Amino acid sequence: MLKLEPRPQPSAAMSLASPLIALALTTLIGVAIFVALGKDPLQGLRMFFWEPLRNGYALGELGLKATPLVLIALGLAVAFRANVWNIGAEGQFVAGALAAGWVAMQADAGSTTLIVLPILLAGVLGGVAWASITAALRDRFHANEILVSLMLVYVAELLLQYLVYGPWKDPAGYNFPQTITFLPATQLPKLFTGTRLHIGVWIALAAVIGCWWLLMRSMAGFALQTGGIAPMAARYAGFSSRAALWGAMTLSGGLAGLAGALETAGPLGQLTPYVPVGYGFAAIIVAFVGRLHPVGIVLSGILMSMFYIGGELAQSRLGLPKAITGVFQGLLLFCLLACDTLIHYRVRRVAGLGVRGVDKEQR
Amino acid sequence: MTPPRLELRRISKQYPGVKANDAVSLSVAPGEIHAVLGENGAGKSTLMKIIAGAVQADAGELLWDGAPRAPRSPAQARALGISMVYQHFSLFDSLTAAQNIWLGLDKAMTLDAVRARVRTLSAEYGLPLDPERPVHALSVGERQRVEILRALMTAPRLLILDEPTSVLTPQAVEALFVTLRRLADQGCAILYISHKLDEIRALCHRCTVLRAGRVTGEVDPRQESNASLSRLMIGAEPPRLAARAVREHAPARLQVSGLSLAPETPHGTALVDIALALRCGEILGLAGVSGNGQQELLRVLSGEDRRAERGVVTWIADDPSTDPSNDASNDPSNSRVAAGAVNRTTDLGPLGPAKRRALGLHHVPEERLGRGAVPSMSLAKNTLLTRREPVGRLGHVSTAKAAALARRLIERFGVRAAGPQAAARSLSGGNLQKFIMGREIDAAPKALIVAQPTWGVDVGAAAQIRAELLALRDAGCALLVVSEELDELFELSDRLVVMARGRLSPAIPVGQASVAQIGQWMSGLWDAPAGEGTHAEA
Amino acid sequence: MDAWALLIAATLNAGTLVALAALGLLINERAGVVNLGAEGMMLVAAIAGFAAAVHSGSDLVGFLSGIGAGALMALVFGALAVYLNTNQYATGLALSLFGAGFSAFVGQNYVQAKLGPRPAFAVPGLADIPFIGPALFKQHPLVYGAIALTALLAWGLTRTRAGLVLRAVGESPESAHALGYPVRRIRLLAVVAGGALCGLAGAYCSVIYTPLWVEGMIAGKGWIALALTSFATWRPARVLLGAYLFGGVTMLQFHLQGQGVQVASQFLSMLPYLATIVVLVLISRNEGFIRANMPASLGRPFHPGG
Repeated sequence: MLKLEPRPQPSAAMSLASPLIALALTTLIGVAIFVALGKDPLQGLRMFFWEPLRNGYALGELGLKATPLVLIALGLAVAFRANVWNIGAEGQFVAGALAAGWVAMQADAGSTTLIVLPILLAGVLGGVAWASITAALRDRFHANEILVSLMLVYVAELLLQYLVYGPWKDPAGYNFPQTITFLPATQLPKLFTGTRLHIGVWIALAAVIGCWWLLMRSMAGFALQTGGIAPMAARYAGFSSRAALWGAMTLSGGLAGLAGALETAGPLGQLTPYVPVGYGFAAIIVAFVGRLHPVGIVLSGILMSMFYIGGELAQSRLGLPKAITGVFQGLLLFCLLACDTLIHYRVRRVAGLGVRGVDKEQR
Repeated sequence: MTPPRLELRRISKQYPGVKANDAVSLSVAPGEIHAVLGENGAGKSTLMKIIAGAVQADAGELLWDGAPRAPRSPAQARALGISMVYQHFSLFDSLTAAQNIWLGLDKAMTLDAVRARVRTLSAEYGLPLDPERPVHALSVGERQRVEILRALMTAPRLLILDEPTSVLTPQAVEALFVTLRRLADQGCAILYISHKLDEIRALCHRCTVLRAGRVTGEVDPRQESNASLSRLMIGAEPPRLAARAVREHAPARLQVSGLSLAPETPHGTALVDIALALRCGEILGLAGVSGNGQQELLRVLSGEDRRAERGVVTWIADDPSTDPSNDASNDPSNSRVAAGAVNRTTDLGPLGPAKRRALGLHHVPEERLGRGAVPSMSLAKNTLLTRREPVGRLGHVSTAKAAALARRLIERFGVRAAGPQAAARSLSGGNLQKFIMGREIDAAPKALIVAQPTWGVDVGAAAQIRAELLALRDAGCALLVVSEELDELFELSDRLVVMARGRLSPAIPVGQASVAQIGQWMSGLWDAPAGEGTHAEA
Repeated sequence: MDAWALLIAATLNAGTLVALAALGLLINERAGVVNLGAEGMMLVAAIAGFAAAVHSGSDLVGFLSGIGAGALMALVFGALAVYLNTNQYATGLALSLFGAGFSAFVGQNYVQAKLGPRPAFAVPGLADIPFIGPALFKQHPLVYGAIALTALLAWGLTRTRAGLVLRAVGESPESAHALGYPVRRIRLLAVVAGGALCGLAGAYCSVIYTPLWVEGMIAGKGWIALALTSFATWRPARVLLGAYLFGGVTMLQFHLQGQGVQVASQFLSMLPYLATIVVLVLISRNEGFIRANMPASLGRPFHPGG
């Protein structure tokens, strides 16, 4: 009979291996789904794992999707480590997009590329402001941040709809719910010709380095994480839980807002009801699969982008619904959580009838 | 001749790396109160778990009323009539006493029947308890009564009690002994597990002593002395600490006056008009049964609870221009420094733990894993909880410096650990306590507050910790030691003070205190200080 | 007058949906397990119930499918969170994310599907009373079922041994284990029961409340149900009342839109979500009050023998 036995120290090897095992499991299940739907599994594997890496343009698209995912996931990683469950990053993303869009709409013929800076800054501030609502309600009233931030996602989406159906609607847009297409000056400078990849990639990389330093080498990060793991120890040490809450929420909100701004001033070029595509939720998965570690998040962000692109290809070439991406993303997280058990527990074979309630006992 | 109620013959139990019980033999007759004496780690718990059916022995026999009947599960043990009252209660706060007892019974009785029976039993055995009160409203002593009544409801033929008096005042202990003697008179066999020599000598008919899993003796405790029992238990006389000189007129370092505070949680204890002074080069021992406000007081002193009024807790720094021994602040109610020197008192009220540490006030908490150290983090990282030396500008943490600090602590205090990167939870209780204690002592504090310094720590480490505390005191630090072990407090302290129901007794020099008097005070029965009459002898 | 009667009736209808889910969540939270996968379970149950009803032509089959879907998803959650001790919050979130994707995936084929003609209900005799009749007695049986369930849970939690055991496990699994109760099995049963009720709620949504399938049609009611259990301090009667309150706010939004109130429809649509935030703030303000009433082990993993 198999038994789970706690390890004295978490296994570092399993910590690295677990996401890989989870990916392997997800792939296996994915193949099974393809077969069950009557599609060629090899085609499916190619679409998800090979096509997104095939050439320069494909890599550009990969980077384009990975940028917002990585940015949001970095902020979420800091927040989750501090035990602040900011599940409403999608709402902060939308708020950032709205703020950035408003600044972009102020551009006129005389604007130069420099307007990109206030656009991005507005995005950050929009995300920070939206996240601050949740932070304030938890700080002052102890309201659960999971539920408040989630409710605010719906509110943000409705706000976006109101604006693009109403006051911000393009008068020359044939009554479609969309804003004007932003002037070219507001577009983020591209990195390479031939791809849509923009400077957001550098911003994301800078954020990776910044968050790594914050989490691994800074006293503030230590205080945040101690508060998340052992709140009594944090109190003993004198770390302020209020500072941790606000720090975590504003950082993750700001990064999510920045991602929203990058999308708006980048590939979207205008605001429509389709701004929220679920990056805020996918980033949760990116954060966990990346072990809440900045480097891991880069890798898992790339992986998640492959899922997105694969899903789009599967839709256009195999006729599968695009929602299959969501299925795989959810599956990946499930498998990861199950595999993570092996980090803290060992599987042991116990002979005969298990002995009740016995582990490492004190004498 | 009637066979013994319970007989163990050469019971052995092996765990990975340690032999918990090694050929232990023991017998208890009906109506006998039998003590099982041993230090932490001697094998008492494992033995009791075997008897209660929770664990199976590897070797040996267990006879019940003369026949081999080793219980294979707790349910079987209960069916035989074995009932155990654990040290840590299994009670549900939001349910009533009767509901709790009902949940603990195997038999299908209705709740009403349980209630009625509880009333009968509680009258019969002198355990007053209202079955309809919710458990969260009960005191610790009353909660133990719920546990005992639950055990009595099963009409036990063998009752096992695991360290039952660690949460009781001396007077409540007497009441418990009366109940147990009555039970024994009715033919119940009782196994009494403890490490408290005085109690065993007062209550028990026979005593089996365990050390490192083996039986070192089976004696009649009424014929033995504390010294002889102690020798059987730890193999030697308890170590005698060197006699020390008492320092008169030491300057105060930390002062509390008129501290009154409502509890933070509904189950907490309110603090009422607390006044104390920690003096340089002196250990103030704080005695009292846990749950009487010690945790609340320590949270105020350490800075974790800052709700107290301003000016109630003050810190007196050294005046470098004057000789500390000439300091005029030897009157605890007066914080004026010698005229002409700058006023160097600081109101600690608004300062948090980090700022208090910067002043020189350090704290070793009662809970080690989870409060004194983060279990999953390395020892190197755990130094950052209270030490800021590895932190540079802009908050950058030097991992090298943190590791070096941890290494120094490990070496200086003899901590058995794999290294600075070992996770805190991989250390044994004693070693972790040495590390945490070492971390605070190494900071050369001007005042140190320690809660339960040697609880759960093995004898050798405990002696080392006590020696370190005395060395710190000799170097001029002001210490407050909170402990439930009166012996420890009598060994370490210069002055003693008792906490009961949120109030503090007057402080007396340890030479003038007696165990009986302190026991009396632990029930709150001290006279008001200054001007009132003498207190009654115990 | 008629309009008010219809408003009340619609409130009961809307409230029942959330009440069923919230009562299910109450059961598993009383055992100490928080399942953030409510939204996902309801979505999957909604499509399962709808599809089953479309294919079989029977509403009952739809409900049973919904219950089954919810229970199955909860079983997966329970295996992970109760037996493997994974982080309850993360696992629940995974369930919701997966449920959103999976329901959208399967539901693609049913977007245009329609159910047969919807039955009308009336309690004989009582339905004819002016005003009260149309207000209260023309409801689907599940509306009355929810009320009965509330009463059953309220009685069960305080009077039966099973109810006490559930509360005990939720308050202190360690103590319950020491007394010999199979804590993990009890928690798993509670989780599955909760999932089954969430599934019933999801099926009710797609079969009765708005008989169609649209991606994401639960629109946050699973999260609102979660908020509701803490708002109601884990007491069944308060859950029902809170659910009706929420139903009232939802109906108010439609009523105001119908009245031509000069506020953009999107702001009116925000009302239920904003109301939930207000409710959360009101109930959480007094930290001590929440802590005194919350199942003490809520969210914490349980390790037997450790």
